Amino acid sequence: MTLIDHGSRRTTRLAHLDALEAHAIFVMREVAAERERPVVLFSGGKDSVILLHLASKAFAPGKFPFAVMHVDTGHNFPEAIDFRDRRVAELGTGLVVASVQASIDAGRVADPGHGGSRNRLQSVTLLDAIAENTFDACFGGARRDEDKARAKERILSLRDEFGQWEPRNQRPELWHLYNGRVRPGEHLRVFPISDWTERDVWEYIAREGLELPSLYYAHEREVVERDGMLLSVNEWVVPGPGETAAVEMVRYRTVGDASCTGAVRSTATTVDEVLVEIQASVLTERGATRADDRFSEASMEDRKREGYF
Amino acid sequence: MSDIIDTETDLLRFATIGSVDDGKSTLIGRLLHDAKGLLQDQIDAVAVTSARRGHEGLDLSLITDGLRAEREQGITIDVAYRYFATPKRTFIVGDNPGHAQYTRNMATGASTAEVAVVLVDARNGLTTQTNRHVTVASLLGIRQFALCINKMDLLDWSEERFDQIVADFLAMAERVGIDTVTPIPLSALHGDNVVIRSEASPWYAGPTLLEYLETVDPTPAGDHTGGRMPVQLVLREPAEGRPLRRYAGMVHGGPLHPGDAVTVLPSGQTATISEILVGTDPIESTLSGLSVTVSLTDDLDVIRGDVIAAGEPPAVAREIEATVCWFNEQPLTAGARLLVKHGTRVERVIVRDVISRLDLEQLDHEASAQELAFNDIGVVRLATAGPLVVDDYDADRVLGSFVIIEEATDRTIGAGMIRRWS
Repeated sequence: MTLIDHGSRRTTRLAHLDALEAHAIFVMREVAAERERPVVLFSGGKDSVILLHLASKAFAPGKFPFAVMHVDTGHNFPEAIDFRDRRVAELGTGLVVASVQASIDAGRVADPGHGGSRNRLQSVTLLDAIAENTFDACFGGARRDEDKARAKERILSLRDEFGQWEPRNQRPELWHLYNGRVRPGEHLRVFPISDWTERDVWEYIAREGLELPSLYYAHEREVVERDGMLLSVNEWVVPGPGETAAVEMVRYRTVGDASCTGAVRSTATTVDEVLVEIQASVLTERGATRADDRFSEASMEDRKREGYF
Repeated sequence: MSDIIDTETDLLRFATIGSVDDGKSTLIGRLLHDAKGLLQDQIDAVAVTSARRGHEGLDLSLITDGLRAEREQGITIDVAYRYFATPKRTFIVGDNPGHAQYTRNMATGASTAEVAVVLVDARNGLTTQTNRHVTVASLLGIRQFALCINKMDLLDWSEERFDQIVADFLAMAERVGIDTVTPIPLSALHGDNVVIRSEASPWYAGPTLLEYLETVDPTPAGDHTGGRMPVQLVLREPAEGRPLRRYAGMVHGGPLHPGDAVTVLPSGQTATISEILVGTDPIESTLSGLSVTVSLTDDLDVIRGDVIAAGEPPAVAREIEATVCWFNEQPLTAGARLLVKHGTRVERVIVRDVISRLDLEQLDHEASAQELAFNDIGVVRLATAGPLVVDDYDADRVLGSFVIIEEATDRTIGAGMIRRWS
């Protein structure tokens, strides 16, 4: 906790990272108290690393009372999966893996084909897993600064039986009085770090000394430039006609589906260097790295209505 | 600790309020743009959409109107949150809808704000909707108001018009009970006096909007009590003999320290704090808004919904009188059975009486009102099934507030601020 003394001002206020952390912990505890079966979504990405850390802190010195689940598109960066498994083992918690491949195999969704994005398919897999495990609240690491539709969403966001978000009729959410009640079949999506920015996330990672997958720091990688983004050459991304692969120093600002998440050129190998870099960046984190968010101005809203995070 | 981590700035939450089309979303867009809070891809996306709609230059309102229906109708339906930082402060902005029918969303955005930025179109002056928003913001405990008189360029920066609207606003503010108003003449569209001082208003010597936001003292109205902690959860830890119990919650009001004598309410049992933890780290003192776990020296029966209080304890009540903002299409009438969430407790209530309704045109309390209609504000008396640990909203925003939930649907249909109890 950092004390801020405003000198002539009368008040002593929490520093901004302390205020953000305290609020996120408060939200997690409220949901733990009001819901039967909450689950934390954990992909190994930085925002979900923070969620697990906050959950640990909220219930310390004991264990947090939540399940942990990964919605696995099958298009993974091996570094992220290794990290995910290691982190889960350290916490001594189980991991539910909801597999998009399994949804495809079961005929629940159509395979977009080799190299096609499976990002949108995740919604069906997620909703099936929620129903199967009777989860009634899912913590996600989505932040309001990522997207205009997310900027509109409540901290506790109700999903109906079909997993749909109704953006025009959200529950009023005043003060810190969160209404965590759901009807049978409904569930909550809960976003404890809604009010954090990319910079807050990295400052918090630095302050708490959190480990991340190595992908987040500069490393050499074979990439191909496509639609202005650097995609890692792998099983799903193969250079096409007129494209050339090259080895570059890159890092990832977000870690998602390996078929459509772009890297950025970078020399930042430490948290401090990353902080300097994002301060100088002229692009937002999703704008720089997510092909799936570029198709339409309302693509996130449309996907969220279908049950996406 | 790393040098680059910014530990010195605090967080200011402010909300834009005011009538439809007075320029709230454009002002936020302008503020973010000129304070370098927007990145190139966000500006590019707005430029593309602006050009497609035949807008000259950037339509900055597109930055916050994030829903499809909002962009199609050119209005704001729900509050959008935006973030930016200057070397002096970190800001969270709530851009609120102006339409009366979305007052519930405006109240959502204003309930956590410390400062209100009121937009008034210089051509139209104050409207009923301006009154409604300012009244709701004031009831919600906002004490600092920036009165932004917008579209001054369309009136040739008339100082006379500016003074007239300021006078109208101060007259209204006095009736609503607001004492701190900072009037700023500006043009959100062109950016005058938002971040950059305008040359068009040499007669104006006050701060730009950003200067105001960077320096305003956001002392919250309701934090004048001893340390309080509504208990969210009881965490049990194996120990020799009986398990050790820690009480998890967020502290507000004054500080709590190990060694403090506290009262647990509503039971009234007393005890002493033995330890306060943030995560696994013991701390010696708390600030308002910190999430902690507290353990007590004495073995008491404490459950979720109880309040641990230092200093003069708050009251325990079964009947409360509160100012209610009603968000339900079906009116609120005497005899209604509802739930309230207050602190960390959910309790059944019966509406005993609708005492008065606020007339937003005249700003008078109508004592003859029998009900509160959709988006009305009024005073009601409630009887609660179990005891609530309450305080006046102006003294304690947490113990003085509640939301109303409809049990049959679980919807949140109202919000209340406690004024009296017995």
